[in-house]
Amino acid sequence: MAMDAKTIENLIHAGIPDADVRIEDLRGDGDHYAAYVVSPSFKGKSRVQQHQMVYNALEGRMGGELHALAIQTSLPKE
Amino acid sequence: MSNPALETIQKEIDNNDVVLFMKGEADAPMCGFSSMVVQVLRHTGVEFKDVNVLADNDLRQGIKDFTNWPTIPQLYIKGEFVGGCDIVREMYESGELKGMLEANGVKTA
Repeated sequence: MAMDAKTIENLIHAGIPDADVRIEDLRGDGDHYAAYVVSPSFKGKSRVQQHQMVYNALEGRMGGELHALAIQTSLPKE
Repeated sequence: MSNPALETIQKEIDNNDVVLFMKGEADAPMCGFSSMVVQVLRHTGVEFKDVNVLADNDLRQGIKDFTNWPTIPQLYIKGEFVGGCDIVREMYESGELKGMLEANGVKTA
């Protein structure tokens, strides 16, 4: 069962309220997305911790319902 | 009750400088993301231990619990979880991966 981009975006927003989120559908099959997440909350966190914040926002769907989500996290440009 | 899968994982990362938990084997990856990390490691010229999580379902779930990281592949350097495909690729492209390996005394090409 695939997911749509808007659901992914909403979940990440709910989990990381101050995030700027852009979802890209890589293959148009509803199963392979890229998520570009910019948030001040990432400050001082390692890449692993930043990605874990995104995974936690997805409430366990990653790897099950959502097969492939490439994640790129970054801090807002100062 | 101890979890044998977690013990296996701990043993692998304790006994090998670089360990890649992946789908398939280094010479026969079964997933694009796993294959990507294998290529990155080969380009970096570092020796690594590949562990095929598809061969053991307990291991496949155990590795996700071990790090609270929901996907495969997972790369470890000197017992530390480095990341999955995205992070390893980002670190490779920025040169951080080679830096981290060398800082940990791991020989690269």
